Amino acid sequence: MFYWLQKNLPKIVISPSFAVILWFVYGFVLWTFYISLTKSKMLPRYEFWGIDQYFRLWSNPRWFNAVENLLIFTVLFVVICILIGILLSILLDQKIRAEGFLRTVYLYPMALSFIVTGTAWKWMLNPTMGIEKLVTDWGFTDFTFDWLVNRDMSIYTIVIAAVWQSSGFVMALFLAGLRSIDDEIVKAAKIDGASLYSIYITIILPMMRPVFMSSIVILLHISIKSYDLVIALTAGGPGISSDMPAVFMTQMAFHRSEIGLASASAVMMFLTVLAVVVPYLYSELRRQDANA
Amino acid sequence: MQTLDFQKMANIERSASRKRTFYRWLLFITLGIFALYYLAPLYVMIITSLKSMEEIRQGNLMTLPGEIIFDSWKTAWSGRDYDAGNVFLRPFFWNSIKMVVPAVAISAFFGALNGYALTKWRFRGDNLVFLLFLFGCFIPYQAILLPMARTLGVLGISNSITGLVVVHSIYGLSFTTLFFRNYYVSIPDEMIKAARIDGAGFFKIFFKVLLPISAPIIVVTVIWQFTNIWNDFLFGSTFSFGEAAPIQVALNNMVLTSTSVKEYNVDMAAAFIGKYFIRGLTAGSVKG
Repeated sequence: MFYWLQKNLPKIVISPSFAVILWFVYGFVLWTFYISLTKSKMLPRYEFWGIDQYFRLWSNPRWFNAVENLLIFTVLFVVICILIGILLSILLDQKIRAEGFLRTVYLYPMALSFIVTGTAWKWMLNPTMGIEKLVTDWGFTDFTFDWLVNRDMSIYTIVIAAVWQSSGFVMALFLAGLRSIDDEIVKAAKIDGASLYSIYITIILPMMRPVFMSSIVILLHISIKSYDLVIALTAGGPGISSDMPAVFMTQMAFHRSEIGLASASAVMMFLTVLAVVVPYLYSELRRQDANA
Repeated sequence: MQTLDFQKMANIERSASRKRTFYRWLLFITLGIFALYYLAPLYVMIITSLKSMEEIRQGNLMTLPGEIIFDSWKTAWSGRDYDAGNVFLRPFFWNSIKMVVPAVAISAFFGALNGYALTKWRFRGDNLVFLLFLFGCFIPYQAILLPMARTLGVLGISNSITGLVVVHSIYGLSFTTLFFRNYYVSIPDEMIKAARIDGAGFFKIFFKVLLPISAPIIVVTVIWQFTNIWNDFLFGSTFSFGEAAPIQVALNNMVLTSTSVKEYNVDMAAAFIGKYFIRGLTAGSVKG
């Protein structure tokens, strides 16, 4: 008995946490999936109904609008963050004296909550008293900047604030990647007469493939889940012009008494994350095995 | 002949160094512009919070306050005594502290135990167990919101700080397990073997051998968890309202529900109180 206990102690120690994860992560996801197959409105109902909620979801113009916004946001957010991240990390890698200070400045927005970021940018983007007034005070009297209250542009204000918050983090990832590259390679290329520009384009950036991968996965993940920033900055408005799937889901679940529909939208979000993360984890684990 | 060559070389060198100085300046100007871009909102937040509304209306985002006033900070923190029912941050700040500290401690402790068991006492299927933990880092929480809300209701801890502690402890487990597991993997197994030969058991090795050398990863885990839980809005806003709300929810309510006149200075002061800025996170996240 004592021997058995001793032998299985590691498993016994890990099992409460593991049970918690199985129940609260996987069990709950399955519950949500099942509810998406029922007619649940305000309270969950457990009679099976089929995939009608998914038809309702995809024929719902508001959901379509949210998905479209997510696509616009994701493309801009990922591309701009990565461009800024690469640029800043390469510039910082040129043996700058104030590097530590600049790094801190570029990174600090990441430690702020999206609510704080949203509140700050909401004030800066205020159509009458924010940046618009600043620029008109500088003498450009015709300048208007009303994206926050403009139906066609409101989604881009979320991009602006999100890029401000997350691009420094991408810089940090790329800088760490650059630092891990062997100096000898760069030196050898220099001796061969390659310019610094072509060294970066043809040698270093291709070597940063893993960093590209992790940055893209992390940024995609942030954008699919983006909720707080939308709430704090535009609350999905004006109207539903800056709505996103995560906002749609909470609206349906907690304000419109559409639990079934909300679950269907949550499952769609879950599947999207799955499609991004699983191939990534798979390749990462394979890479680790190959190294080991 | 020789002097000519020498002069030529000096010329080439001078033009090269001039070019280098030019690029150096370009480099610093670009880096400086980006620094301004990241700092501008911080600057605007601070000066706006120190102005009166009168001054805010007259000036613009960048104008410095003529007179520094801390009134809006007081209003954001403890409200005005004459305006009943207004939202202010003090009680919610303490809510957040009461929520973060236990949640961080619980999730970090179990994460350390899991990481230890997964790396130093390998068993069959341990990689699968780890993978299942790991995937928990990535799930969109929308997929668990509804069942969680019902569970908290059944347990009688919905709309309470206890409920939030439970939720954050559970969903923090994946991250803490990942952090500790990756740290303990790099610690040589010989240390554990030596301790086992000396007769130390599972827990003794954990507390006497591993924990004392875990300071770096404990710091990383605590900072990560603290920041994430402090900054959380989704769980806070779905599982609590009214008096049990954490600070991010209160901050958002405050900004949204200024009833009569919008007070941007108070909003900015509140945002500043709501932000949690950890220098260690930024300083330590890039090595070198």
